Amino acid sequence: MSSIPAPLLWTVIIGLALGSYALRFAFIGFMGGRAIPEWLMRHLRYTAVAIIPALVAPLVVWPAPAGGELSLMHFAAAAATFAAGYLTRNVLVGLGTGGLSLLLLYLAA
Amino acid sequence: MAITTTKSAFWKGFRDSAPFIFMASPFGFLFGVLAAEAGLIVPEAFAFSLAVFAGAAQFTALQLMQENAPLIIILISALAVNLRMAMYSASLTPYLGDAPMWQRALAAYFVVDQSYALSIVQFETEPEMPLAQRVAYFFGTNGIVAPAWVIGTALGALVGTRIPESWGVDFVLPLAFLAMIGPMLRTPAHIAACFVAVAASLPAAALPYNLGLIVAGIAGMVAGAQAELWLERQKVKSEAAK
Repeated sequence: MSSIPAPLLWTVIIGLALGSYALRFAFIGFMGGRAIPEWLMRHLRYTAVAIIPALVAPLVVWPAPAGGELSLMHFAAAAATFAAGYLTRNVLVGLGTGGLSLLLLYLAA
Repeated sequence: MAITTTKSAFWKGFRDSAPFIFMASPFGFLFGVLAAEAGLIVPEAFAFSLAVFAGAAQFTALQLMQENAPLIIILISALAVNLRMAMYSASLTPYLGDAPMWQRALAAYFVVDQSYALSIVQFETEPEMPLAQRVAYFFGTNGIVAPAWVIGTALGALVGTRIPESWGVDFVLPLAFLAMIGPMLRTPAHIAACFVAVAASLPAAALPYNLGLIVAGIAGMVAGAQAELWLERQKVKSEAAK
């Protein structure tokens, strides 16, 4: 796997540290009692459930370990992981299922 | 049981957060392993977790750095994953906003999914809780979780370099993300946001500079917000019909 150049890595770390802190501090620190607009709250609620699936979908459909080709086995492992997490509402069960799926993939390869 | 002192409020937060240690440690560990796989050394992985202190955003940044995405896309995407922190911050303000500035500045660093979720439930169920106890409770919820996350990262980074390449660790990250998504889909609006984001992300992957992620993410956010509005209107209608 590729190594990340140090200047890029540190720019990302520092940029994310400052940015994340600013997001967390924005209201509790600056806004005081003023309320965040309703329409903005409504969109903020869905940021994580939109960005993360958008990030993960191409990684599942074109998996790197299969050379970027659609792979039924990788797809099945991903589907099992998601289903376990969704049905049990438990990240760790999902993660465990993911680990098990990877093991099966490794054994099958 | 009612909380009587500031100290006991801290320890109540501490105890309430205990189950989350089983999530923070393995997630921190996994981040460390994947960071090491990506070529980060232990102090770098440790600094990453300590400075940024936000799991999903860190995984996002790590993935995009490996894809050689442009810096600006990495920052925007990872911060977008963290936008919910602004919502948490806003929602905690009525309860913690009157605390001294240094306490608020410190509390801001510790705003994460777990501390928010536990605190908001506590503050809503006991509205008469004094400010000092609220602050203590909030800090208590991070008493174990924060160290577990940071130490987990360092240990993962130590172990990570010894894991053979052939184990296909490349696919761990997508699977970790998938495990995170399931429990986040709490309402039909969340499912709509997720579905639209996924549907948009595949054609959008053709866009240069990983811009597809931003486009699909925004599409998902708008879909979620619109679905929420629509569902609210349906509820009002069905109640009016009764």
